[in-house]
Amino acid sequence: MSFEITIERRLGAADIRLDLAASGGLTALLGPSGAGKTSVLNMVAGLLRPDRGRIVVGGDVLFDSAAGIDLPVQQRRSGYVFQDGRLFPHLRVRDNLLFGWKLASPADRWLGLDQAAALLGITHLLDRWPRTLSGGEAQRVAIGRALLGAPRFLLMDEPLSSLDAPRRAEIMALIERLRDELGLPILYVSHDRGEVDRLAGQVAVLGDA
Amino acid sequence: MILTADELAVVGLSLKVSAVAIGATLPVAFALAWVLARKVFPGRVLLDALVHLPLVLPPVVTGWLLLLAFGANGPVGRWAADWLGLHFMFRWTGAALASAVMALPLMVRAMRLSIEAVDPRLEQAAMTLGASRLRTFTAITLPLATPGVLAGMVLGFARSLGEFGATITFVSNIPGETRTLPLAIYGALQLPGGEAEVTRLAVIAVALSLAALLASEWLVRGREGRGHVL
Repeated sequence: MSFEITIERRLGAADIRLDLAASGGLTALLGPSGAGKTSVLNMVAGLLRPDRGRIVVGGDVLFDSAAGIDLPVQQRRSGYVFQDGRLFPHLRVRDNLLFGWKLASPADRWLGLDQAAALLGITHLLDRWPRTLSGGEAQRVAIGRALLGAPRFLLMDEPLSSLDAPRRAEIMALIERLRDELGLPILYVSHDRGEVDRLAGQVAVLGDA
Repeated sequence: MILTADELAVVGLSLKVSAVAIGATLPVAFALAWVLARKVFPGRVLLDALVHLPLVLPPVVTGWLLLLAFGANGPVGRWAADWLGLHFMFRWTGAALASAVMALPLMVRAMRLSIEAVDPRLEQAAMTLGASRLRTFTAITLPLATPGVLAGMVLGFARSLGEFGATITFVSNIPGETRTLPLAIYGALQLPGGEAEVTRLAVIAVALSLAALLASEWLVRGREGRGHVL
């Protein structure tokens, strides 16, 4: 099992409930905007605390309200690719990429800077500032930063939403490669059925379904 | 224009008083700015008001309150003398203290705005990458808030150079000890035929203030060139 998630969380007027058992590969989390998809990712990453439930990834218990387990965000080793990139504006691309890599223990690292840059096609961008990047370039750097942080799983929050069609195709192909070549469990949030049909092995629907 | 020995002493003292005042206030101002920007706690509004008090109080009242608290028989003054060996009355350290108190609200305001402008989502991103709270603060929050911290320091420094009312009330106008530039100008104005001296000191004051402003502009621009979004 890659993701075993049973969570409940009340957030304002919304009631977020999810019961998910994913076997591996890329699992999509589908639902209309406002259904709480991003909140689910935040709960798996450890940025938001569920009211109750249990989150297990790859056999490791990250959260279990019944057992009183709540691993701090820093120890969960998620590779979180945010919808809005969130590159650090005061660091060059190279230092953005290495931010998590430097913090990871050497034994946990499974990817190097050169390798990641080649995989993502961003070697020529290493000395640039984030504000000079196009949307597609910034998203690739954000993915690289997440991968270099030595994650055990990836969380992707609509990584294609800010991109135009050609860039979407390019990043989608990249995500397929990550899915097939790295063997990392990926939890992928989207509201686009076509995108999900192409990428996901398994789909969970959040909201009114 | 060649400065006389007296004028040099005045300028030197002014710079020393302001530099010490701002240097010593910096950590306090930053801590207050951070707490006010990021923490919600009972008494927050009161703390905010207290920090801003020197901005709205008549400076002579601030000086008098300092006299009560830090005077030889004041509760804080006695404690500082006994435990730290620090004396404020009629000393340049007292002038620095008065400057610091008057500069504090301006410094806290500038720093608080810059801390509030740091996107907490960037800090969250750093934490998902394994950064502890301290590391997130030093690697993300602090550098992003730096332009505001610099601006706050320059504002405080300029305010400190011009400080008059609280200083003269608290530590009087003693040549070589507490006679900073504004106090020297005031002193010269009291003397018959002091206009020429007043003019010279006023020119120095304008030059110093202008230099402080240009220095701040240069500092902030320099950082922006290194990729800062102000």
